[in-house]
Amino acid sequence: MTRLLTFFLAALLLCAPAHAGVLPDDRTDILYHLYDGGGVEIDGPSVLVRKKAGKNLSIVGNYYVDMVSSASIDVVTTASPYTEERKQWSLGADYLRGDTTMRFGYTNSTESDYDANTYNFSVSQDMFSSLTTLTLSYALGNDTVGKSGDPAFERDLDKHIYGVGLTQIITKNLIATLNFETMTDEGYLNNPYRSVRYLDDSDILGRGYSFEEELYPNTRTSNALGIRARYFLPYRAAIESEYRFFTDTWDIESHTASLTYVHPWRDYTFEAKFRYHDQTGAHFYQDLFSRSEATNFRGRDKELSPLTSYTYRLKASYAFLNDGKSWGFIKKGTVTASVDMLLIDYHDFSDLTALAPIGAEPLYSLDANIFQLYFSFWY
Amino acid sequence: MVRVLARYGDAMRSSFYTLGQVLVTLLLLSAASGCSGIEPWVKPYERDRLADPIMALDGDPVSSSYLQHVYESREGARGGEGAAGGGCGCN
Repeated sequence: MTRLLTFFLAALLLCAPAHAGVLPDDRTDILYHLYDGGGVEIDGPSVLVRKKAGKNLSIVGNYYVDMVSSASIDVVTTASPYTEERKQWSLGADYLRGDTTMRFGYTNSTESDYDANTYNFSVSQDMFSSLTTLTLSYALGNDTVGKSGDPAFERDLDKHIYGVGLTQIITKNLIATLNFETMTDEGYLNNPYRSVRYLDDSDILGRGYSFEEELYPNTRTSNALGIRARYFLPYRAAIESEYRFFTDTWDIESHTASLTYVHPWRDYTFEAKFRYHDQTGAHFYQDLFSRSEATNFRGRDKELSPLTSYTYRLKASYAFLNDGKSWGFIKKGTVTASVDMLLIDYHDFSDLTALAPIGAEPLYSLDANIFQLYFSFWY
Repeated sequence: MVRVLARYGDAMRSSFYTLGQVLVTLLLLSAASGCSGIEPWVKPYERDRLADPIMALDGDPVSSSYLQHVYESREGARGGEGAAGGGCGCN
């Protein structure tokens, strides 16, 4: 892989492209996000600033905060509600040379029991008068997993992400993009707070089951292939469809599809979106194991269980500053509000809060609302 | 099991390497195209509709990365959504 990337870079630097690429627009976004559902509330800000430095360089920085207050189904059945804060910042640069754009980035995420550092690099090449853009990317993640209340607990997790993307102008009205990503994880992949449930006649609470620690494999390799196409409708509106196929060595296989409609009207832009996701469960997932330590690997994370999710989005944006008006150096300004209604049906994850007899518990389902409000400025 | 996973990983890496070789070949062809003058079937001056902000593949990068994080935390799948890959070059 290293050899390949070196060769690729050398090829890019030796070639003298005939047409110039473009750097992203200078902009600032100030966003407030709120997730509310399943006993969990997460909110916080995200601020992104992007600015060119000369003709060939664009610098971008992002600061993001999650303030979590959780009494989720996992927490109320095996632990205690908690609050915590996650802070993330990232810094990146885009360097343009002819038709070639190189991107470098670093992201750090910190919370009381988890520290993550990610380094990413990508090269994009515009071809055929920018009709086609080819991108190769690589990211390296070094995470340190901790456990609240156990300062001696510290585990490492390394991630490698290899990606290739192709963006293609197909007609005057249609643009499409194809992305393929392979990810490998190696290290501690468990959630240190989650437990599995197993049949236990000797349970002192009389439930007929007990809990024990999860045990995940130490490696995971996944592949994802996504395709997206956006079409300009004759009356100035846009429609976008997207599909992703995902598979991994834990036997999770998923299909994700979405359809988006964008409709501008005067200084407003309205958007409606429907997203569908369906996945199989990990091979070591069980809602109820037959006994303690029943299998080599075991997990009861609902995210790894077979599930189907549906999202309905409504979004509206208003351009309060546009052509002809400006605030000093700010040429354009918009305010956007959106709500995403997320419904997840779990096909093999029981709701233990229902206090039904063992084996007769209803399946759990999640109903959450995701709100976003943000201001965007271009300069 | 470990052996099977390792073999699967090797196969993936090998496939990816092959895919990479194909892409490098494409890259070299594209570089050559700068001189050979392959005509694009959608000319730069015909891309006004694609340059419309409503056609941006990632018009709200902060919002889309936030939602990607929301889904990756609640579903077992990840990746494949990628960045737009440089856009259409029609600014």
